[in-house]
Order: sequence, then C-alpha cells, then structure tokens
Amino acid sequence: MWQLTGIELFKIFKKPRTYIAFAAIAAIVCLIQLAIYVDGKTYLGFILQSLQETFQVNGIILNGYFVCFIVLQTLLVHVPLLIALVSGDIVAGEANMGTLRLLLTKPISRTKLMLSKFFATAVYTIMLLTFMAILALFGSILIFGTGDMINLKSDMVIILDASDVFWRYLAAFGFAALSMLTVSSLAFLLSVFADNAIGPIIGTMAIIIVFTILTTMNIPFFNALKPFLFTNHMLNWKGFFERPVDGTEVLKSAIALVLHILLFVSSAIFIFRKKDILT
Amino acid sequence: MRNVFLFLLFSIFARPLFAQNEAALIKAVKAKLDKVSDYQANGRMSVDVSFINAPASKVVVYYKKPNRFKVNKEGGISILPKGGVSVNINSLLTGDDYAVVPAGSAIIKGIPTKVIKLLPLAETSEVVLTTLYIDEKALLIRKATVTTKESGSYEMELDFGKYATWGLPDKMVFLFNAKDYKMPKGLTFEYEKGNTKKEETLKNKKGRVEVNYNSYIINKGISDKVFAGK
Repeated sequence: MWQLTGIELFKIFKKPRTYIAFAAIAAIVCLIQLAIYVDGKTYLGFILQSLQETFQVNGIILNGYFVCFIVLQTLLVHVPLLIALVSGDIVAGEANMGTLRLLLTKPISRTKLMLSKFFATAVYTIMLLTFMAILALFGSILIFGTGDMINLKSDMVIILDASDVFWRYLAAFGFAALSMLTVSSLAFLLSVFADNAIGPIIGTMAIIIVFTILTTMNIPFFNALKPFLFTNHMLNWKGFFERPVDGTEVLKSAIALVLHILLFVSSAIFIFRKKDILT
Repeated sequence: MRNVFLFLLFSIFARPLFAQNEAALIKAVKAKLDKVSDYQANGRMSVDVSFINAPASKVVVYYKKPNRFKVNKEGGISILPKGGVSVNINSLLTGDDYAVVPAGSAIIKGIPTKVIKLLPLAETSEVVLTTLYIDEKALLIRKATVTTKESGSYEMELDFGKYATWGLPDKMVFLFNAKDYKMPKGLTFEYEKGNTKKEETLKNKKGRVEVNYNSYIINKGISDKVFAGK
C-alpha cells in the first residue's frame, strides 16, 4: 500500500499544477503579512473602533498570533479550490490521459488502488496545510513576535494569554486538516464520475459555494439544514480560540467531518469497483 | 417664631463654615496624596465586562504627577475603561479648581465617612461631579463616584492596607457603564451557523475592573518614556 501511495505521490508532484497551490498560498500569506507590516495600525484602528469608544486598549495587538488568525480567516475559505485542483484530478486525470485502464491491468485490487490514490491526496492536503502553517504562524511570529492574542468576534472580545495560544493553533490546524480532507474526499468522489479533471474541480467548488451560501444566509428554512452541511462544521476550527474551548461543539463537528470523509471515500471506492472503465 | 428665625439664620450662615471644614478635610487628604510624586505598583487585574473575555493577569501600574497613569501588562494586552481619571485615585484631586459641597455622612464597609461633593468650576471640565466618601480619621478616600460629560458615570471602591499611610490602596474596584459592543460579521469573518444557543443580552450591563496591588515602589522616579506610546 505504501509503495502504491508513493507512486501516486510521485505522479502528483510530477505535475506542475500541484505547485500552483503552494505558490498561491505563499503569495497570499506574504501579501497579507506585508500589508499588515506596512499599514497594520490603520487596519487595527478600523476594527477596534467600536471597542475604543469605551475602552483604552494597551499592548502589542499586532503580533504573530493575531496576524496568523487573520491569514487563516482569509485563506481557509479559498484553500478548498487549491485542494480540488489535485484531488479532482487524481482519477479523472488518468481517465483523461488514457492511463487508467492500463493501470487496472496490474495485479492490484481496485480498492487498494483507490485507497492509495486517496492517501496520496491526503498527504498532499496535509503538506499544503503544513506549508501554510509554517508560513502563516511561524512566518508571522518571526516578523511580528508573540504576545497575547485578541480575538475580535461580532459580539465579544476574547483575549488569550500568550502562553495559552500555541496549542490552540496546533489544534486548529489539526481541525483544518480534517476540513480540507473532507473537501479532498468530495473532489475524489466526483473524480470517479468524470473523464476530465475540470468537471470534478468545478463540481467540488460549486458544492462548496452553494453550501457556504446556505451556511451564511440567516433564513429559518436554511437554519434547519445547517447542521447537515459539512461547510458549517468546517468553520469550527475557530472554536479553539474561544475561552474556554467549546469542546462538545468542536468534537461534534470533527465527528461530522470524519463521517463525511468515510462516506465520500467509501462511496468513491464502491462506485469505482462497479464502474466499467473504458479509458 | 424667634426660634425659627434663629434656626434659619444659623442654617444660612453656618453652611459656609461646614464647607470650610470639608475644604480643610479635602486639603488634608490632598496633602497626604501629594506625598506621592510617582509610584510603580505590581498587581493583578481582572476585567469583568459582559462582552470581554480576558484572563486575570499580572500588571505593572505606573503613576506620575500630576495625572499620568499607565497600566502595563508585560508582552500582553490590557483593556481599561476610558474616563477622565481612569483607575487612578491620585487624579481625583488634581488642581484646586472646584467647589466643595458637604453632603452628610455615610458608612462604607463599616467605616464612618464624610460625604463631600466636588463641583468643577471650569466649564470645560470633563468631570461634572465627584462624590467622595472620606474616612476622616485616616484621611483616606474609601469610595468615589464620578460623573463625566462624555464617559458616563463610574465608581471606585478602595480597600487600604500596608500603604494606607501614603493614601494608596491595596485593592481597587472600578465600576462603570459598559456600552454595547457590536461589530459587523463580515469584518470578523463570522458566519451564521444556526446555533441553538441563545445569545445573552449584553446591553446596559455594568463593567467591573478589579486591581489587587501586591507592592508599591514610591517616589523613586519614573521615566517619561514609560508613559509614551502604547
């Protein structure tokens, strides 16, 4: 299995499109950090406006932890597209190139082949998140230093002690990995149905956009649907920055995401096993 | 009839005499506080406001005459209510530009106190009215309420201990009216998640800041740089 996964990873990293995601993330993170470094005080003045009407806020707010939080909030909405670029291509791309039928002539079960492909996309997803974590967290700490973190919510201001923040980021990145693996498994499932990578990539994004719109709209009819939308659970990485952490809510969301991953991957394997491979 | 006339006469003419006594008391308290030119104090501060969730933390408080005051949390963020005197007793009696009005007596935490109202004479003054509850024996301000033009009213309760001779408290509780806090969800990247949890009503709640001082370093000089910037 490891050998098969290794081969799949080799194929993934042989394609130039794989590196688009890394370049895009590096560009966005560096641009946000540069913008905050140059004009962070204006941004801070704007977002603290309401609080500073009544309170005097002292201390270094613009530190690495705060900047990383801004980066994550901005970026985690867009990362699914970068993940779908590779995961949506993993089966459909081979079908498009005509290598899938050839691959299946090898004495490997279809289940093993599909699992190795999924593991490869999972490794890619985790590598991308790790890259993002290094740039966003450690990069920001290097540039802006550490300190207490202020988490500005729409109706609450949470201040976290500097010594109490790092573990939260590790946990949040762990949770983000689960979220992104859900996206990856969805693109993987859609990839089984297509003979061209564009369909699964656009399909994945379309589903995420529609679900996100349903998540964002505060209409009672949609509110009933929200617990069943995986995009709703994907946002709960922020739960680690509450004080205290709402463990039940975060755990519920983590379980929901794991169940989605299992459902998408097992459906993909089931369909692929039954599928008549013609390309 | 004659007695009533004498009583009225006494009331009218004796009132300034009482006010003179109160003014002398204020002067004595001020003289006590004036012994402190500057101080640096270590303490622990906790903020209790409905929309602020912050841990209690160690702070260093700096004061320098006439009214420079700063609360500093090493490498951290501190949030304090805005106000003319902030969380600082020494600024209450800055200057002499106020009229002293006696307002009877009251018991604060079992200690008898004189109630004195200070009315600023300057029309531009941010403070409209200050009410002081002064422990006459110890010459200490046990409680103060301040009404301002812009920042609403606030209240200070003070407990004294080993630094009472300097007029500096061991514990100070600062109560104020916290305005409602709201930020657009688009700005905080929040989404409606359809949670069933009921949101608490955050409006019109009293805020509370408590500072427990462990030690003071008094009159050893503090650089102006300490008060510069954020």
